Amino acid sequence: MDIFVQQLINGLTLGSIYGLIAIGYTMVFGIIGMVNFAHGDVFMVSAFIALICFLLVTTVFGITSIFLALAIVLVVAMFFTSLTNWAIERVAYRPLRGSFRLAPMISAIGMSILLSNFVQVAQGPRNKPVPPMVTDVIVLMENDGYQVTLAWKQIIIMVLTAVLLGGFWYLVQKTSLGRAQRAVEQDRKMAALLGINVDHTISLTFVIGAALAAVAGVMYLMYYGVANFADGFVPGVKAFTAAVLGGIGSLPGAVLGGLLIGLIEVFWSAYFSIEYKDVAAFSILAITLIFLPQGLLGRPEVEKV
Amino acid sequence: MATGIADSAAGAPAGQNVLGDALKDAFFAGLITLGLIGPLVGFQTVAIDTGAGSVLGLAYRPVTVAIMVGIVFIGRLILNLTIWSPNRVAKTRSGPTVFDRIGTAAGPAVKPLLLAFAIGFPFLATLMMGGMTQARYLLDVGILILTYVMLGWGLNIVVGLAGLLDLGYVAFYAVGAYTYALLATSEPVTHFFGGLLGETFWANWAFWICLPVAGLFAGLWGMILGFPVLRLRGDYLAIVTLAFGEIIRLVLINWVDFTGGGAGIASIPRATFFGIPFTAGEDGFAARFGLEFSPMHRIIFLYFVILALALITAFATVRLRKLPVGRAWEALREDEIACRSLGINTTNVKLSAFATGAMFGGFAGCFFAVRAGFVSPESFTFDISAMILAIVVLGGMGSQIGVAVAAAVMMGGMEALRNLDFLKQVFGQDFDPALYRMLIFGFAMVSIMVWKPRGLVSTREPTIFLKERKAVSGDLVKEGHG
Amino acid sequence: MATSPLSAATHRWEADPILTVEHLFMRFGGLVAVNDLSFNVGRGDITALIGPNGAGKTTVFNCITGFYKPSEGRLALAHNRAPTPDELATVTAIGERALVGTDAAVYLLERMPDYRVSGEAKVARTFQNIRLFTGMTVLENLMVAQHNALMTASGFSLKGLFGLPGWNSAARAATEKAKFWLEKVELLDRADDPAGDLPYGAQRRLEIARAMCSDPILLCLDEPAAGLNPRESLELNTLLRMIRAEHGTSILLIEHDMSVVMEISDHVVVLDYGTKIADGTPEAVRNDPRVIAAYLGVDEDAVEEVEAEIDEIEAQSGATS
Repeated sequence: MDIFVQQLINGLTLGSIYGLIAIGYTMVFGIIGMVNFAHGDVFMVSAFIALICFLLVTTVFGITSIFLALAIVLVVAMFFTSLTNWAIERVAYRPLRGSFRLAPMISAIGMSILLSNFVQVAQGPRNKPVPPMVTDVIVLMENDGYQVTLAWKQIIIMVLTAVLLGGFWYLVQKTSLGRAQRAVEQDRKMAALLGINVDHTISLTFVIGAALAAVAGVMYLMYYGVANFADGFVPGVKAFTAAVLGGIGSLPGAVLGGLLIGLIEVFWSAYFSIEYKDVAAFSILAITLIFLPQGLLGRPEVEKV
Repeated sequence: MATGIADSAAGAPAGQNVLGDALKDAFFAGLITLGLIGPLVGFQTVAIDTGAGSVLGLAYRPVTVAIMVGIVFIGRLILNLTIWSPNRVAKTRSGPTVFDRIGTAAGPAVKPLLLAFAIGFPFLATLMMGGMTQARYLLDVGILILTYVMLGWGLNIVVGLAGLLDLGYVAFYAVGAYTYALLATSEPVTHFFGGLLGETFWANWAFWICLPVAGLFAGLWGMILGFPVLRLRGDYLAIVTLAFGEIIRLVLINWVDFTGGGAGIASIPRATFFGIPFTAGEDGFAARFGLEFSPMHRIIFLYFVILALALITAFATVRLRKLPVGRAWEALREDEIACRSLGINTTNVKLSAFATGAMFGGFAGCFFAVRAGFVSPESFTFDISAMILAIVVLGGMGSQIGVAVAAAVMMGGMEALRNLDFLKQVFGQDFDPALYRMLIFGFAMVSIMVWKPRGLVSTREPTIFLKERKAVSGDLVKEGHG
Repeated sequence: MATSPLSAATHRWEADPILTVEHLFMRFGGLVAVNDLSFNVGRGDITALIGPNGAGKTTVFNCITGFYKPSEGRLALAHNRAPTPDELATVTAIGERALVGTDAAVYLLERMPDYRVSGEAKVARTFQNIRLFTGMTVLENLMVAQHNALMTASGFSLKGLFGLPGWNSAARAATEKAKFWLEKVELLDRADDPAGDLPYGAQRRLEIARAMCSDPILLCLDEPAAGLNPRESLELNTLLRMIRAEHGTSILLIEHDMSVVMEISDHVVVLDYGTKIADGTPEAVRNDPRVIAAYLGVDEDAVEEVEAEIDEIEAQSGATS
């Protein structure tokens, strides 16, 4: 029971991170119907930007308040990651709109390889550890020496995810940007005829997706205390799995999927085998796509003849 | 990276303050570049030894950033004033490219020439380098390129002809390699044949028996994996095949008892000249044929084996295209719904494409195992799938000659990167050009898609004609139902 | 009709239907696109399915050709002769998709996937927005249409791969058949051109030729005259008559062009909002007041009704915005 509660907490934390990344996949798929293969690597880039910013802030500028430092890192990482994703869309995807459908995806695969190797060349192949941040924990239960703990950083991650999701939900449902997004999603040509700047709307979608991935990147760095150039691929695939599981195109679905994937991964590692945890994630992806392609909260597609 | 970012100037009416606009645009491009590369190139995270263990610190590279931003600024400025200048009349899209003509009109001449070169290559290399041993490196590169030509042709069936995006092709390469590695090193199998046909039989014949088995087995895996997923839409299919590829690799790593885990399988029996081993002894190839023993005989033989395998792939593809199954593949790529309205069972058609492609991947995998004498999961990462896919895409989906040229350019180019030692003189001793291989590769993949999404050879050869064979323009050919 | 042994009072679609549609329903979520539709298609007839835009005609086509699975209903296609009620009841009860005898066969199309409808039941179709293999040549398009026959002849590729004689003769025969149809649709000299290069009218004809190459007994054409000029429309009429006369293929078509419909059809079925409002000979349908109201024009009272409805909707939306 104790282990179960502890794993539940860990799973929800991990799931929050996946959920934040998954939103980026789901939004881009919703609006231009492509699987943005490079999104996982954008997340990894954000973790590196956060790492560098963190080192700058703490060692060079000498800021000692960890929360102030984290806030600065968050803002800086969101800005630069958004810029990166904006440029990626502009350079690698926009020219391919209207090309055959798989072209943007192949371009995205190239971009994914480019990003991870760019970071490898620029920052080196080794793991980059940072000193532990926010180490305080709350002991929830104690039984025969086994403590169920809730770390402050876990609280930060879950609260931040919930707040961002709320804000984001408001953005998409209530603002003109959200309306424009949904209109472009439905019918790009018609939206353009009604005076919506389609390019602008799509760019903003990428920017928002990247900003959320950057939050995930900062959280990931804070939680695990390490960044590596290869860390984009597997979390990226897992977040994509989350998006698919929740129903690609659906925002609550992405978060729900993220939490589920986080829980499944953590429980699988705890109760079955840690070696096969990635196999489990990939299998869920395949099984979902085969048997439930519309996901839990998505709408089924009708083939047009 | 920043090319094409802010082409606000491109829309300006001609003649209006061209230089000013160009400068402004170049300035913004430079600024964006600074934002993109500033954090990751400008600062380097380095481990600093403090005595009590290492701590992560920062090193600074402002000069590199300045150079890169400068290159983008100046490059953009030049482009704005020349190619993208508003005063320049835009050229309308031209017809078939040089490569298209090579692939079609000049095809009859080019293909035999390339073939003759491929056959004569070991002799040319030996002559050029002044001896077989010295030609070893060139031959190895040749074998590498041919392996990728074969893999490219195999994947071409799936992606180029049938229009199914398969991101897990490496899985079948792995299945082929492990089939041979496991069978050839298996104790029971060796014992079984040892008792039946003599001690040395299995060691000498393992490759030739396992080659078809590996291909068929990979094809079977293609069917098993393909069956549930082929109903899916193009991009979903791509993701599921990627997932399957990764699952197979992870199982190879983790199922230590069966596959040897991450350490792989070593001392796999070498290839033989149809049962005659390439050894120095009396029964060896050299002694039997009255030649002086040289370890290079085996390498040259391997070269011809992969050449033959690649040619079989090409030949089979050419034949299959003219058969109903091949036409159905291409029809499927063009319009799946129309196929179904003509009574074509599209699941079977997809499955046959998938399995055929997988089979050739399996042959190539078996060859890989016998050439290297060692297999491990590290040889079968997603990067390999991406590389093969890039070869097919660059070559022009569906074009055999294009794929062959693309494989030669890409694999040859990557090998060449290893040898650019003079760059060390320029950038310092720490500079390792090989590190940039995948970086350049990723960049190339994006560039191909943006500038030439239909690859080098975009025209399509019809499979049948009444009077005259006319190449079909790439603009009409669809690239998968996606 | 003169050669028919039946009395003049009985129509062919009643006496010898090739396709019987019974109580067909198609629902998409809450929307009922086809509502309890029943009609027959006579063997050897040219049957037109007409109705205003959005009446559900293409949905009916998609149900018949297996692209949609009907929500309810039976679609029985008969080879050679109409099935007896017993036969129909048997095949429906045993849950098989077809009952194939020596002299006749009946297929329940609603139980068959699209490729079996075309491949086994021999129902071919064309599409409203032409679906050719644009990157393949005209001749290749017709060869693909003979896929199933050629697949058997090529020994599922094995014979063909090694160029065995049986395959070569089959391939030649297939080319001859393609040439035959190319001649019929006047595209023989464009055989080696990509299908995507043909002008619109020629693409329509090629699509029909391609469908005919799959040896259908029922040919379903979705707006074959759309986008054709008057001369091409006339040629289409001739082509369709020829197909019926020389090949005995029954034709079911959706069409808006009344000159085509009234000119060539033996039987017209009119749909509106997913239900059948008229069914009969062209003359009978032309004079049916419900058809005139729904399709050819709306009478005075109805216009007033509609206007009142629009006012009401506008008032409502005005209040909410």
